[in-house]
This record gives sequence, structure tokens and C-alpha cells, in this order.
Amino acid sequence: MSVKTITTNEIAKKVVNNEETTILDVRNTDEFDDWKIEGGKVDVINEPYFNLLDGIEDVEDKLGKDQEIIVVCAKGGSSQMVAEMFDEAGFTDVYSLEGGMKAWSEHLEPTKIADLTSGGSLYQFVRLGKGCLSYFIESDGEAAIVDANRMIGNYERFAEDKGVQIKHLIDTHLHADHISGGRGLAEKVGGTYNLPPKDATEVTFDYIPLEEGNDLVVGNTTVKVQPLYSPGHTIGSTSLIIDNQYLLTGDILFVKSIGRPDLAGKAEDWVGDLRNTLYKRYKELSDDLIVLPAHFSFSSELGEGGQVSARLGDLYEKNSGLQVEDEEKFRSMVTDNLPPQPNAYEEIRKTNMGKVTPDNEEQRDMEIGPNRCAVHG
Amino acid sequence: MESTKVLDAKGMACPMPIVKTKKSIQELNSGEVLEVHATDKGAKSDIAAWVKSGGHELLQDSEEDGVLKFWIKKA
Repeated sequence: MSVKTITTNEIAKKVVNNEETTILDVRNTDEFDDWKIEGGKVDVINEPYFNLLDGIEDVEDKLGKDQEIIVVCAKGGSSQMVAEMFDEAGFTDVYSLEGGMKAWSEHLEPTKIADLTSGGSLYQFVRLGKGCLSYFIESDGEAAIVDANRMIGNYERFAEDKGVQIKHLIDTHLHADHISGGRGLAEKVGGTYNLPPKDATEVTFDYIPLEEGNDLVVGNTTVKVQPLYSPGHTIGSTSLIIDNQYLLTGDILFVKSIGRPDLAGKAEDWVGDLRNTLYKRYKELSDDLIVLPAHFSFSSELGEGGQVSARLGDLYEKNSGLQVEDEEKFRSMVTDNLPPQPNAYEEIRKTNMGKVTPDNEEQRDMEIGPNRCAVHG
Repeated sequence: MESTKVLDAKGMACPMPIVKTKKSIQELNSGEVLEVHATDKGAKSDIAAWVKSGGHELLQDSEEDGVLKFWIKKA
């Protein structure tokens, strides 16, 4: 017998459209506590599948027979088994998530941020499962992509739909939480791959230095992409100002938190840079810039249509990481309060440097779990 | 390590390693040891969690050439 399945695409629509969604997550509780489907009006119950092998009585009472229930596991096998058990018990609207959390981690939801004044548009790709944000800037038949994820087919299809040619791939820093798709996509489409040189001292490939003064141009109507050196998360971290209106902060400043300085093993060295970037460099910029970060940590950071953005001036009033006047207090906040590192972060950094080349399945496994690039004040 | 019975769950995908492990444990007497071989990476944390929830004891586990091995003492 077979049960109905649901795709990550359909769940993503429910999350961003704030639809009431009930999820039964049957992974073991440690994995569930680490990372789960969140956002919108999602209600999640956890009951490991191995506790349900003798019967579903323990959770049956918590759910209605005619209620829509989406069963989720790590890869889609156990959720199918549990969904079948519910189906046999008389539940009428039960689905199993195809591919499980592994597939959810890879889902990208494109959302339009704005039409640019100089022509063209700016899109944000929201990786709901992992909290990664990447950006697609298109103008006059050309496109640039910032902080592209490993699933490059999504960007290629999007470019094809829009009828634009991908010209530039840009990484704001050497990522430690996910494998960059920038280099691979640049090779595939014959575009440039731009990386801050201070993050690229150990890389094994050629790249174009992303540095202040080296503005990039997208399309003939010149959507300007201006690099702004903003170290702290990594020593090379570089922000981008787009069309004089949008500030892509990479992993330096998020909507409700700030970047952590330790993922390359140098918290003590880089905390001063982080302080300087957040409390001096960014302060010299216009308050009206719209901050577009490379991550979110909480589903509460998702705005309308799943967008993640905030006005820079508002963040200086509300973001707790920007309210610490005392430098010593700031220092201890970002070095004493560090959350666990992202899964496989050292291997991910090596992969992004070109030092190792894991196969596709290994790459998928390395990226399991949340991004963990922020420190919360 | 000595075991009463060996379960070969190599090549099986989740949930089968746990389903088979549970069945094999039921056939053992209290205090006897089941040795499980699996290749599904998820088995590592799932078997540990299942053993705990069932009150059994995970005596030892190892990983060699992609094969996970577990020794479980029945409660």
C-alpha cells in the first residue's frame, strides 16, 4: 500500500504563506531538538519512529482523524512507514515528506526584494531548512549571484526563466556552514568567481579579488555592486552595497543577531575587527540602507513572503548585538557565548578552499543541520 | 566482543535497521548480547536512542570502513 507524499516545495509554500500546518517529526529527539521545520503557523510534534513500532497510541490522541498531518523523518523512509500506520488507524489526511529533512535542507525559495531604481531586480533565495540566504541581481539580460548555495541548478533554472546570463558569482566570505556553489557555477556558465583575498590565502583555484574599489556592474544600465571591507566573521568578510540602497552584510550582521568570529579558530583575534565593523564602519553608512544578511536563525526573522530584511537604522535601535557600548562586555559576549559550531565546519571550509572534493552524497551529509553562524547577544 | 547473535543490516535504509534490531532483540533472553552491523549513517544515533528508550544497554559501538557495529545487551 502507499501513502500520499508531500514535497519540500509544498511545505515551503505553507510556511511562507502562514498556513496552519501540523508536522509529526519522527526522528530521534536529539536530532529534533537540534533542528526542525519551523516558521509561519507550523506546529511540530516529536515522537521517534522507533517508539511507534508497536503502535501509535501514544501520539494518536494528540491528533485528529481528519486533520492534515505531515510526517517527517531524516530521509523519508521512516516517515512513510509511520504515515502508513496512521492511514491504517483511520487517519484520512496523512502525508509523508519526500526526501525528509535532507531534502528540506536543500530547498530554496526565491522571493523578490525589489525592482532597482537603475533598472533590474533583486531577489533573495531563502534556504528555509538551513537558514541560508543568497541573492540574485539581474539587469539588462545579465545576473550576479551572491553567496550561492551548492544546489546551483536552482539558480540556473531561475536565470533561464528570466532570460538572463549569469556573469558574476560572489562570495562575501569563505563559508563554514555550507558548501559554496559560486565556484562551480562560475565554471559552468563561464562567469567570474569573486572572493575576498584575505579569505582566499589557502585556496587552490583562481578567483577575482573582491575588494573595495573593484565595483562590479550588472547589465548595461549599471547596477553597481560596491564591495565594503567589513571583517569580523572572517578576516576577509566583505559587504556589498547594491544600487546605493541595499547592504548585503554576509555573516557580519543579521536581523536579530551578529556574526560569530570564531569559525576559522580565531575568536580572540577577530573580535576587534567585528566590533570595528559593526560599531564604526557600518555606522558611517546611511541609516536607510536595507540590510540583507546571508543567514537567519529564527523563523521570527521571516517577514512577508518569507523575506528576511531590515533597515540599518532600525537594527541600531533593536538588534541586541548592536547595543553593547562597553567594548569589554562586547568582547565577552561574542567569545563566551558561542553556540556549538555548524556540522562538519572544518571539512566544509576545506571544500570551499578546493582542498578536498567530497562526492555529492558526502556534501549533502556535511550540510545537515542549522547554520549556526550567529552569536546572540 | 562476545555476542549471542549477529544481525546483518548492511545496505538497509532507515527504518529497517531498527525494525530488524527490535525483532532480533525480542528473540533473545535477558542479559544476552546482540551484535548489529549497519551501513545507514542514521543508525548510529537512532540505535543509541532506541536502546536507551527500551532500557537495554549499548555495551560498545564502532565504525570501520563505513560499517557501523553495535553490541546491545538485552534488559
